[in-house]
Amino acid sequence: MEICKEAFAGTLESSDVLVEIFPLEDGIQVEVQSVVYNQFGQALEETVRDVLSRFDAGGVRVLLRDRGALECTVRARVETALKRACTGGE
Amino acid sequence: MRRSLLFLPGNNPNMLINGDILGADGIILDLEDAVAPDEKDAARILVRHALGALSYDGVEVIIRINALDENEFWMRDLEEVVPLRPDMIMPTKVRDAAYIREVSAYIGRLERQNGIEDGAVGLIPLIETAIGLENAFSIATADPRVKALFLGAEDLTADLRCARTREGREIFYARSRMVSAARAAGIEVFDTPFTHIDDDEGLVEDTRLSKSLGFSGKAAISPRHVKAINQTFSPTREEFEYAREVLAAIEAAKAQGKGAVSLYGKMIDAPIVLRARQVLEMEENVKGGVKR
Amino acid sequence: MSKLAASMEEAIRQAGLRDGMTISFHHHLRNGDYVLNAVVAEAARLGIRDITINASAIFNVHAPLVEHIKNGVVTGLECSYMDAVVGRAISMGILEKPVIFRSHGGRPAELHSGRSHIDIAFIAAPTADKMGNCTGKHGPSACGSLGYAFADAECADRVVVVTDNLVPYPLADFSISEQAVDFVVQMEKIGDPAGIVSGTTRITRDPVGLLMADYAAQVIRSSGLLQNGFSFQTGAGGASLAAARQLKDMMLEQGVTGSFGMGGITGYLVDMLDSGCFESLMDVQCFDLDAVRSLRANPRHREVSASHYAAPLAKSSIVDNLDVVILGATQIDTDFNVNVHTDSQGRIMGGSGGHSDTAAGAKLTMIIAPLVRARLSVVVDRVLCVTTPGVTVDVLVTQRGIAVNPARPELAHRLADAGLPIVDIHDLQRKALSITGTPKALPEGGRVVANVIYRDGSLIDQIRQIHEE
Repeated sequence: MEICKEAFAGTLESSDVLVEIFPLEDGIQVEVQSVVYNQFGQALEETVRDVLSRFDAGGVRVLLRDRGALECTVRARVETALKRACTGGE
Repeated sequence: MRRSLLFLPGNNPNMLINGDILGADGIILDLEDAVAPDEKDAARILVRHALGALSYDGVEVIIRINALDENEFWMRDLEEVVPLRPDMIMPTKVRDAAYIREVSAYIGRLERQNGIEDGAVGLIPLIETAIGLENAFSIATADPRVKALFLGAEDLTADLRCARTREGREIFYARSRMVSAARAAGIEVFDTPFTHIDDDEGLVEDTRLSKSLGFSGKAAISPRHVKAINQTFSPTREEFEYAREVLAAIEAAKAQGKGAVSLYGKMIDAPIVLRARQVLEMEENVKGGVKR
Repeated sequence: MSKLAASMEEAIRQAGLRDGMTISFHHHLRNGDYVLNAVVAEAARLGIRDITINASAIFNVHAPLVEHIKNGVVTGLECSYMDAVVGRAISMGILEKPVIFRSHGGRPAELHSGRSHIDIAFIAAPTADKMGNCTGKHGPSACGSLGYAFADAECADRVVVVTDNLVPYPLADFSISEQAVDFVVQMEKIGDPAGIVSGTTRITRDPVGLLMADYAAQVIRSSGLLQNGFSFQTGAGGASLAAARQLKDMMLEQGVTGSFGMGGITGYLVDMLDSGCFESLMDVQCFDLDAVRSLRANPRHREVSASHYAAPLAKSSIVDNLDVVILGATQIDTDFNVNVHTDSQGRIMGGSGGHSDTAAGAKLTMIIAPLVRARLSVVVDRVLCVTTPGVTVDVLVTQRGIAVNPARPELAHRLADAGLPIVDIHDLQRKALSITGTPKALPEGGRVVANVIYRDGSLIDQIRQIHEE
């Protein structure tokens, strides 16, 4: 999957997560801000990387602003932002 | 056993997380009117993930999809959610039997592609246009997937060019027509939600009217309406008593080797026994709080 | 003789405030209070340092304390509740000496026993006369009951009444009498009426909150305690108030006349009094203007002191006569210990208030809390801070089930027979974790920033410094 434009998905409401995707020259950068950073910061980063790898996405920077979203919500929002960020998204 | 169907906006994580304990017998995860056009993609992806990860034990899961139009959102919706095997799909702005057949065929392809048994996913068409109402019976009988009809009065009254009122006289015919069509087709039928969120008395009146017209149950747009709907559509004490007597009569007849059974001068045939079992099953579930 | 001081500076001088002294305040003006900040600012201006503040509660309006602490003006804090702004700063370690947390009942008990000492009490009074007779019932900044101020008036070496409504002597409808008062000083305004009313006196509209309120009401109904003479207290959270509303309907339906409602009084309890659900209300604090009005006008709505309310070593206190109390929790562990001092990250944002007192006294202590808050389970292996020990907690109500303390098997049977979804607290925890995933443990805390003193005077827990990125 090729990331060619900026995109975002989700919201800053409680139990949701705002995911922002930016194209990068190459490599993957993941930045996580979370109200439960101590407890789930690492898990959140792993989830993002897992979704990126499932979609074979590279050259991308992902910024997460998390308000305590469950794993399924994080996956959904990252996937949505990814699809919006690639050519012929929606 | 469906008395209440609760609408939940599909793009709202909070509502999806708690959907199973709000007391409704069924939840309608809405990908249509509750979701802005820009967010349709986010909503269907979120619903797919939620269905895969969260447990919705004890509630029926219905997904309301977008209408068949040039956007083709409805196809994306189905592709996203059918693999998760929801109990039913609610197509919107249903016009006629052909509409149902098209949706059913698409679902069938997705079932096959995903190793789901043919016909596992049911349909509960939302009838909210004049043409849909005129075609109610043929919609109800269009396909074996159709398990129930659902009336949407807000859009219908717009199509009928009249005001939607609290008393609902303007939808009296529509309600009766829906009940008649559904019963003639041998399926269930659900009434339109009461839209005045804070009017508790009005809700009870409207719900009692639904029941008296023969509806199986009613939809709700607010979780605070669920309790009243459940109470109104739950069998009464007399109905519970009667159900117990029916099953007792069946047992007694079996013990005596009798084929035909009558109770209070009425023949007890299979539908009556089925209804009696459903009523007693309801009693089990009504007693507990959190459904198991 | 005149007790009237011409200015705050004069009042402070005449009262003899020196470096190292302890001064006290009550919190009846809640988040609308101007007095604590005014007194401390003036003390700072006069060059006084190393002050300990013993306030019954510290709210976000007291944020200027953070600067005063950094400047060495304030070097000690004692309270029963500390809201998130000052709380977070304390958690980050700005105060060298650990904060002393007590309960609403423990604070006056230690003052009366002499274990804790106040040099000068500053009593904010919505109405006062020139000799110091004062009350909270009248005046533009009326706050109702002055329950938490009585012990200060009785035990402090010096007492300064601070008012914005001086009336001719004598103030006949006084709560605190002139006998204890040394000085009286006027301010333009002692507080902001809009901030005096707590933001939490509204029934919740959240469906999950309403579901829990429904369960709570059913627990009360099935407990066997709902008879004539019933007594009740509830916190001011949205779900708790919804439960009170349901309780009112049940009591009216069943024709039960209760003996008293206790609080933290809101308009909802006043409504129950006026509807005949209770013979009286015992009021240590008014949360809204309906409560203030009722206290003024209705002789069956009585102002009581914090000691009368909850003092652990008095010959008896109101909490000992309480049937049911509904409380909240940030966390509860599998031994039913409850934390209301910190959030899930260990940051101070609360305190016992009356939590541990009422739990100890009530026949049935019920905690209402959603099972999961922002991806964190409310049920944990071990709470970050023990505010209220599990032995005093009977029932936990969540939207996914109700847990009963194993020490109350007959209660568990009663509730299960009534059809309520009774589950083991460990199963609730497991259910929560299946939703949230397993959290990593918090990093070890640093040095102790607060000592939590239980109502019997013992050290029940300590709160440690946290590090934030």
